[in-house]
Amino acid sequence: MSIAARQGEGRVGIRTGFNLLVIVASAIAALVAPFVIYPVFLMNVLCFALFASAFNLLIGFVGLLSFGHAAFFGAAAYVTAHAAKVWGLPTELAILVGALAAAALGLVVGFLAIRRQGIYFSMITLALAQMFYFICLEVPFTHGEDGIQGVPRGTLLGLINLDNNLALYFVVLAIVAAGHFAIWRIVRSPFGNILKAIRDNEPRAISLGYNADSYKLRAFVLSAGLAGLAGGTNAIVFQLATLTGVQWQSSGEVILMTLLGGIGTLTGPPIGAAITVGLQTYLAALDFPVTVLIGLIFVVCVLLFRRGVAGEILAYIRKRG
Amino acid sequence: MFCIPYVKCLPFVALYGQLLLGLINGSFYALLSLGLAVIFGMLRVINFAHGALYMLGAFVSWWLSVALGIPYWGALIVAPLAVGLVAVVIEKTMLHQMYRLDPLYGLLLTFGITQVIEGTFRYFYGASGQPYPPPPALSGPLNLGFMILPIYRGWVVVISILACLGTWLLIERTRIGAYLRAATENPVLVQTFGINVPLMMTLTYAFGAALAGFAGVLAAPIYQVSPLMGTNLIIIVFAVVVAGGMGSILGAIVTGYILGLLEGLTKVFYPEASNIVIFVVMAIVLLLRPAGLFGRAA
Repeated sequence: MSIAARQGEGRVGIRTGFNLLVIVASAIAALVAPFVIYPVFLMNVLCFALFASAFNLLIGFVGLLSFGHAAFFGAAAYVTAHAAKVWGLPTELAILVGALAAAALGLVVGFLAIRRQGIYFSMITLALAQMFYFICLEVPFTHGEDGIQGVPRGTLLGLINLDNNLALYFVVLAIVAAGHFAIWRIVRSPFGNILKAIRDNEPRAISLGYNADSYKLRAFVLSAGLAGLAGGTNAIVFQLATLTGVQWQSSGEVILMTLLGGIGTLTGPPIGAAITVGLQTYLAALDFPVTVLIGLIFVVCVLLFRRGVAGEILAYIRKRG
Repeated sequence: MFCIPYVKCLPFVALYGQLLLGLINGSFYALLSLGLAVIFGMLRVINFAHGALYMLGAFVSWWLSVALGIPYWGALIVAPLAVGLVAVVIEKTMLHQMYRLDPLYGLLLTFGITQVIEGTFRYFYGASGQPYPPPPALSGPLNLGFMILPIYRGWVVVISILACLGTWLLIERTRIGAYLRAATENPVLVQTFGINVPLMMTLTYAFGAALAGFAGVLAAPIYQVSPLMGTNLIIIVFAVVVAGGMGSILGAIVTGYILGLLEGLTKVFYPEASNIVIFVVMAIVLLLRPAGLFGRAA
């Protein structure tokens, strides 16, 4: 059984119905939520939702398990923070530069990693991300253990002051929604269909004349860039970029979010991100080791719950319909 | 003096010291990548928990010494057995369900197990290390004439080379090893010959884990016994395995030692890069020989 078990692809009617329901419900929730829940928490959830969806673009639709996606999230956080604080770029431009830097890093990592397949691909991405972590530890502009602190949030297009949490929330919401729209378009495009063909049967896709490596690399760069968009936005929200963002633990967390929500579904990763970030925030106040719980959820998901939340719901609907 | 033109000159003693350190690191890379390769060959699972099991080996020997007063020599036998037993439990309760699935699930499962083990140890012991002295018989320095060798470090190099060669002999030259290699090629056929393949898989996982535990005992007097000692190591070992290719047992051993030595040399001539040199080598190997130095093309 392939790791991305073609979960999202049931009958078109069911899928669109479910997706439409989720989109409408989450749009309403997203507009009401900041008046009920602390906006900074919500922005954190939104950033990780985009991060998980970007990661899912690879694992769910190309079948590639990247174990080093934190490198792209963290690299963009550093570049955005540096651009906003030291270069004094406007906020929207700083985030864009961060995402582009992540995409460029994705080009290098992806170029090396796609030379091997399956399990080796995962090990290579993990190793290269760890190398990037050590580089971040050494180079001066990341400020080592301190990180880049006190990043200005700035203004949107020079008009709206983003120090206001509510104003920033709607900007973040717009960025994350745009990112998800891009992913949705990619997955549904002819390009996305070829990615899925490579996932399901790479030799056959190659024999049909598609250059599988080139498609994989393009998907990798897109995924890295979108992960960077999430990372850069996150750095603006917390006005901070640190080594935590590039650690292997963060790569593990985004895998967990996607696995928990449902690999290969469009709605799953944001659900998984919300659950995971919620748990982390809640547990931070308690004296319980978060890593142990994350590990336990991992084990339970892999053993009993491989379809994830969204995958189970889709399977249930499919069985009834 | 030893010189590399235009780079650096330094006394031979410093060079030997770093080379010895490289050889020691290389011993651990070799022992761990060997275990990973044996497990992967049979189970088709990349054991992320290998680093956690190595850490467990070091902690068991520390417990044995602190709680029961059992010395190093006892730990050298008991700790690998204990780690092997933990591995049997992991394999019997969880890991065996992964064999029929995509190999990526095995990686994810063992990653989760790593998080649980490490998180628990961090919760109880923090990030700081526990001291574990080398046994009296192996303490102290030995003057080799050209350098001063701490006896324990020399012991680690010798015993780990012996352990690696022993494993190689076991797999390549004994009947059990022949069953193992046959089952790696075609488990169904071997099973029809009346060999208990599921049992062999359990024992293979336990054996690989025991090797990691053994490395943990060896490491305890050199590095401090800390909850984090395993995971940072396992990521480097992954890079070693990618560079070497997992097709051959001997390849895993040789690559481990070569990369350890190379890391030691980097510490001498360009210390800033010593953390990343193994990853750089991995990247270069991927560019020139994607299947790995000793790997067969897929």
